[in-house]
Amino acid sequence: MELLLTLFTIIMTAATPLLLAALGETVTERSGVLNLGVEGMMVMGAVAGFGGAFYTGNPWAGIPLAIAAGMLMALLFAFLTMTLLANQVATGLALTLLGLGFSALLGEALVGQPGIKLPLLFGIDPLIPFSFLLTGLVSWLLFRSKTGLIIRAVGNSHVSAHALGYRVVRVRYLCILFGGACSGLAGGYLSLVYTPQWVENMTAGRGWIALALVVFASWLPLRVLAGAYLFGAISIFSFVLQAMGLGIPSQLLSSLPYLGTILALVVISGNKALTRRNTPASLGQPFVPDR
Amino acid sequence: MKKLLMTAAATALMLGAVSVSAQAEALKACWVYVGPIGDFGWSYQHHNGLEAVKKEFGDKVETAYAENVPEADSEKTIERFAREGCKIIFTTSFGYMEPTLKVAAKFPDVKFEHATGYKTADNVTTYNAKFHEGRYVIGQIAAKMSKTGVAGYIVSFPIPEVVAGINAFMLGAQSVNPNFKIKVVWANTWFDPAKEADAAKVLLSQGADITVQHTDSAAPLQTAEAAGAFGFGQASDQIKFAPKAQLTAIVDNWAPYYVRRVGDVMNGTWKSQQSWDGMAEGTVFMAPYTNMPEDVAKMATDTAAAIAAGTLDPFKGPVTKQDGTVVEKVDAGMILGMNWYVKGVDDTLPQ
Repeated sequence: MELLLTLFTIIMTAATPLLLAALGETVTERSGVLNLGVEGMMVMGAVAGFGGAFYTGNPWAGIPLAIAAGMLMALLFAFLTMTLLANQVATGLALTLLGLGFSALLGEALVGQPGIKLPLLFGIDPLIPFSFLLTGLVSWLLFRSKTGLIIRAVGNSHVSAHALGYRVVRVRYLCILFGGACSGLAGGYLSLVYTPQWVENMTAGRGWIALALVVFASWLPLRVLAGAYLFGAISIFSFVLQAMGLGIPSQLLSSLPYLGTILALVVISGNKALTRRNTPASLGQPFVPDR
Repeated sequence: MKKLLMTAAATALMLGAVSVSAQAEALKACWVYVGPIGDFGWSYQHHNGLEAVKKEFGDKVETAYAENVPEADSEKTIERFAREGCKIIFTTSFGYMEPTLKVAAKFPDVKFEHATGYKTADNVTTYNAKFHEGRYVIGQIAAKMSKTGVAGYIVSFPIPEVVAGINAFMLGAQSVNPNFKIKVVWANTWFDPAKEADAAKVLLSQGADITVQHTDSAAPLQTAEAAGAFGFGQASDQIKFAPKAQLTAIVDNWAPYYVRRVGDVMNGTWKSQQSWDGMAEGTVFMAPYTNMPEDVAKMATDTAAAIAAGTLDPFKGPVTKQDGTVVEKVDAGMILGMNWYVKGVDDTLPQ
């Protein structure tokens, strides 16, 4: 029993950064914007969060800095794709490369410095309940509020939304910024809670997993939650199985989280009508207000 | 027309030769790293070697390096260095072996040095360090310090260097406690701090009370610190990350080797060889012994001294393999190509 509890704590830690980043991207994509720069925003959040904690000596100071760094990156993306109408896929990829390189530059002095772990509140790591809260909030926002209706309208048909008088570009700017904030926080979680240290490229591809989760979860926040926890659980259990020494090939176990999560989410997305209903129809398409 | 072209080409070649010889006073030495120099582990230590070369030779040497070079895509980086006039190129990861040999065949006048590989050529040397000597020492320490008698061992990929490390650790541990157990987890990555931390957490939850890693970040050690367990630093002294948990660290020190080899090129005495230095040459040394009782530290000091003096060989036979067969003498070739476990390792080696 105690072992299961320990394992569950490990799984929660593994799932939380994926969940945070994927929730942000869900909102961004629901507004019709495909931002492939999650990894770049995350890694910037990680370096800013660690730097904030390191220079002030207060780990809490790292959190707003991590969020701000993610939002700054997102702002750059929004300016390029929304105002200058650059291609979203190319800009997103460039954002990832920029983030990886720039964070390495910024973090040069921080390498090899021991970090300060974010303290527990009431015996629990505070960002974990926050991530649950955020899941509920995003779900409510998207499907139970007028704001959500507008976001989804913009994401499904920007021309109609524009004709109805909604400011498509402004809505998208805000959704991109929300995505950046979440990714930045996810990065901060890595450098302040998960492994309190800064090393280059410490996100190690988690941004891409978050992106994949959003698509396989059909842009539904609760499924994103399920997907993130499933991914975390399978990766931890693959280690448990290895540690038990059962002789299962480790390469197979290492690929299980990817295979298992995709398979599970594809199966629950078997309802084609539901998937179609939830796919933002204008995803990735540029919008120019013509009048 | 053809003749004219030939003349032009010959002139260009000569001009090129002249301009090269004009710069030839400063020898250009170049390094290719698999990770970021900020990894505070493997690549960081190689980069310290570069700094030592700079310091030793001053103006007489010009250095260049490329970090984060993916193994599968390394050929063009190595070739670029060769074209840019590097006279000696150090390629510092196992996976650079074939690309290094390929480029070396095209540039016979450039010296190549490939770390941890096993294939040489007239202008390609391989060099490695006897990390397993350090692993033997930490195995002894682990067996003394562990209360559960189980160590959790996080590893990257099943290459000979890693397998020999596991075996040397196990032999060291068994020399203290014949019933010592290790649990092995393959992370299938050299560098993913969060994943390494997960593996360490799982191992600690499964009864291990000491973590050992053969991956590149300090995350497992940090996890041990948070859990009140013990661990070892990898590649560099990582005591800052775990002041209460680090027992010692196996430190790679490439500086003496790099200074020697760059000097050899300058003096024209460079020869292709298979270099394999260890504690005796100072390429592998142990960080200060911390967080352990006097007697354990003394045992470790004595063991390391005996290995350096050559009176103790971690792989001194007979060694019993996992399948029960006995190897009378484990020679260097067997260690450099090791693909079997010693008896007592509770894991199946991925093939």
